[in-house]
Amino acid sequence: MASQNISVPKTPINYSIRVDKVGVRARIIRAVRIAAISVVAVIMLIPIAWMSMTAFKSRPDAVAVPPKVSFEPTLEGFVSLIAKTRQLTTEQIAEYEKNPDLNWADRIMLRRGQAIIGVSEYPRRFLNSLIIAGVSTVFSVSLGLLSAYSFSRFSIPGAGDLLFFILSTRMLPPVVVTIPVFLMYRAVGLYDTHIGMIILYTVFNLSFSVWLLKGFLDEIPREYEEAALVDGYTRLQAFRKIVLPQAVTGIAATTVFCLIFAWNEYAFALMLTGDVARTAPPSIPSALGTGGIEWARIAAGSMGFLIPVVIVTFALRKYLLRGVTFGAIRK
Amino acid sequence: MATIELQQVEKKFGEAYAVKPMNLTIHDGEFVVLLGPSGCGKTTTLRMISGLETVTDGRILFDGRDVTWLHPSDRDIAFVFQFFALYSHMTARQNIAFPLQAQGESRAVIEQRVNEVARMLRIEHILGQRPGALSGGDQQRVALARALVRRPAAFLMDEPLGALDADFRESMRAEIKQLHIAQHATTIYVTHDQIEAMAMGDRIVVMSDAVVQQIGTPAEVYHNPANLFVARFIGSPGMNLVRGRLADGVIHLPGGNAYPVPEAWLPALQQAVGREGEVIVGFRPEAADIVDDGPLAGRVYAEDLYGGYTMLHLELETDEIIHVRTNRQLILPIDSTARFALDPAMVRFFHPQTEAAIHQEARP
Amino acid sequence: MTHVALHNIVKRFKQVTALNDVSFLIADGEFFVLLGPTGAGKTTTLRIIAGLEKQDAGSVSFDGEPVDGLMPADRDVAFVFQQYSLYPTMSVYDNLAFPLRSPLRKLPEADIRRRVEQVAELLRIHHLLDRKTARLSGGEMQRVTIGRALVRQPRLFLMDEPLSNLDAKLREALRVELQHLQKSRTSTTLFVTHDQIEALTLADRIGVLDQGRLIQVGTPTDIYDRPVTTFVAQLVGTPRINLLPAVRDDGTLHVKDSSLKLPVPAQAALPAEFLLGVRPEDVRPGSGGEFTGRLALTEPLGAETILHIRSGEQTLLSIVPGIAPFRLGDEICFTIQRDRLHFFDQAGVRLPS
Repeated sequence: MASQNISVPKTPINYSIRVDKVGVRARIIRAVRIAAISVVAVIMLIPIAWMSMTAFKSRPDAVAVPPKVSFEPTLEGFVSLIAKTRQLTTEQIAEYEKNPDLNWADRIMLRRGQAIIGVSEYPRRFLNSLIIAGVSTVFSVSLGLLSAYSFSRFSIPGAGDLLFFILSTRMLPPVVVTIPVFLMYRAVGLYDTHIGMIILYTVFNLSFSVWLLKGFLDEIPREYEEAALVDGYTRLQAFRKIVLPQAVTGIAATTVFCLIFAWNEYAFALMLTGDVARTAPPSIPSALGTGGIEWARIAAGSMGFLIPVVIVTFALRKYLLRGVTFGAIRK
Repeated sequence: MATIELQQVEKKFGEAYAVKPMNLTIHDGEFVVLLGPSGCGKTTTLRMISGLETVTDGRILFDGRDVTWLHPSDRDIAFVFQFFALYSHMTARQNIAFPLQAQGESRAVIEQRVNEVARMLRIEHILGQRPGALSGGDQQRVALARALVRRPAAFLMDEPLGALDADFRESMRAEIKQLHIAQHATTIYVTHDQIEAMAMGDRIVVMSDAVVQQIGTPAEVYHNPANLFVARFIGSPGMNLVRGRLADGVIHLPGGNAYPVPEAWLPALQQAVGREGEVIVGFRPEAADIVDDGPLAGRVYAEDLYGGYTMLHLELETDEIIHVRTNRQLILPIDSTARFALDPAMVRFFHPQTEAAIHQEARP
Repeated sequence: MTHVALHNIVKRFKQVTALNDVSFLIADGEFFVLLGPTGAGKTTTLRIIAGLEKQDAGSVSFDGEPVDGLMPADRDVAFVFQQYSLYPTMSVYDNLAFPLRSPLRKLPEADIRRRVEQVAELLRIHHLLDRKTARLSGGEMQRVTIGRALVRQPRLFLMDEPLSNLDAKLREALRVELQHLQKSRTSTTLFVTHDQIEALTLADRIGVLDQGRLIQVGTPTDIYDRPVTTFVAQLVGTPRINLLPAVRDDGTLHVKDSSLKLPVPAQAALPAEFLLGVRPEDVRPGSGGEFTGRLALTEPLGAETILHIRSGEQTLLSIVPGIAPFRLGDEICFTIQRDRLHFFDQAGVRLPS
């Protein structure tokens, strides 16, 4: 065996040759990558940037051809969104201008020759959206959590079939089921009610939340609860004290997804609500028809509509990355 | 067959060293084991030798030829992975034949070489089966066969036994070693299991924290560890390492023990730590012997009875537990006092700050 | 403290029988180890005793009282899991206090603090009490897990391979720790492992399980020196026992395909063909040895060396102290310890000798 008399070189070899400057090549690749990502990010952000700009444009600026990038910002869009206005004649304008009690909103609208005569429908619809989306999200996540836990931990006969059945409720696009739901809701008096919309969104989101949460709960080793069971706790106590704190990530991710769906939902809301429970999404494009397209108003509405989801997503963002990639990353 | 040389080879990931500059010569036909805990850089080193990982700096030579920037397929090596990496849609025979087909060998040659290597590994009866139907040991035999069939210049093995059950591991260990003895192919073998390293290696390269700690034969790293890390890592349990204080030719150890330094060691120790100073005394469990009039004593903390010997765990003082191997079937009551003596030829000393071994004679 | 009895436990999962008529007793204060390969049913047994799993037939009793109807919480056992059972969202202190805060016990917070600190002292984890468990090393975690069991003073400790996820050095250190705890506190413990060294060194008695059947129960010495089957013989001892096919020819015993011959022990009633078992430490190289073989392989482990000795077509493993000075291909003389031979029939069942 050639194991004797072998030693490592006593003196370090200082003349080592670097055949290739890996560092430089790696740096170039990284720079290219960052540039590419930046370009994609910019392209993705253009519509949102355009919408935000439009929201602050005056009516002539909004429809200008070619589109204006620099313009004088105005809150006209926002004011016209939340205010009910009346068109004034030239004489009325002159008279109106003399009124000393005009506030800033009145002045903005006056520039367009309009007087504010009350609050528009939009704030109420926005509130409806908040209530319906918020409550239905709480329901679908909490109910989903309980049933996902059962599916994850207990041996339920036919669990596979049941899970598939639950998922299948999500397979039909909303448009297909709106008519039957409309007929049923009208018959039982749920048409155009908050409760009706909350129930509908909860049911629709439940399949999604059960599946997503089951994935998260499966990843929490059952030894945790079993240790608590042996330590003298009941199943429910173990669930509350041990499982819940560890499922926070999954709960947060599920919450965001459910909220986004309920918040953005359009087809059901259009068909199943009239005035009382109408949410924001169907009311934004309703601005389309009345006397030319009010682009600024639509953009303002869309922006206001975007903000709550952005806030929630931002608040929960640290959970989301793990949430959306769950299963792919293990500890 | 090849001689493999690493000259100042290093690997950085960002600013962090995965392998600090290392030199190593692996001779033709030698079986060298890269040993260390996970994250020590041993697998990165192997992957650099194979070309699966680029080096940040330094050179790799095969038989004097610079292969540092060659593609893995141009290095004439075979790599055996921990998780077999068999193609599940092919039979064992097709798996083994695969590298030969890539080389464009004729059908007859492939047939003959596959049969030859299958006979050697005693897997002729499973050639027709797919990997999924085979046991872990057989899968690893097929993986070995696929590596062997090419007759490469060197074998690189990355914890090939890591995924096997304990009892399989023991027998596969002997099989791989026997195969090496028969073939005498240059082999570099990565493991975190010191028993495997001791049992298989002609030489062992002990690594920790991206640094080579010691290169030596199993006997060298076992009996003359270069530093505290090697002393602890090799052996099961590792070397007993007890902190003491040298004064007047006596080392004062925990629990009121005093160990008179053997004559031959005194000058070296005094040179290393001064006439009075801290020193770490190291001895293997078998270097201590339980005798009634032994100069050292400890409280019996626990004891293991094995077939041929007893391992006593003695507490010198709180948190200072040493292990003593005695060939007698002793049963001492827990908490009783046991006296022991140390074999002067098997005692080692280490510097408490540098953690390096202190040598009896000054080294050139 | 408690003595535990299992009577004819049967457990099936779908079509698979996990436990087949398992009965054994654990005496008060005994450290009982269930040893077996993966899938033998060890963990299932433990879970049935804890009440985490329900048996299909049979009964478990503590101190003579059946506990089959009791929930896990009401059985007053402590369970140390293989992994994952520390609550990652709590500090070490809260983890240790968790069992004491259960609605069953509801101890005053001052008592809890006292007991937690006592156990922390014992296990030397006092400095970790305020730490979040996610920030502990593997060894520290397992100490805390054991601490959580100790803090309760339960009737019975159940330990499911608590050391198997640790690296070799830590496993050794913690094993010694467990041994010391057991010897100084004596509590009834059922410990499950697939590691024969843990079993031999920790146990007062060992039960060997294979495929849901209890094959042998005995002290470590019984199991090692008088294994009832070749399965048990191979399960304990490293390197593994040598099992050689042999034939009896009047008063002589021939090992097949080799020149090894031994006189048949007088009291042994051997069939014509059987298996001869020899532990590696009973194959002793030495200049005066009556047998010769060729050295095929040496495996120096440090404190000892494994020798592979070829005799004809058979290979015998031998283990000798130190790093042996032999060279490959050497002719080696050796003896075989006559009074420590094992005989098994063709089916692997021990023959009386």
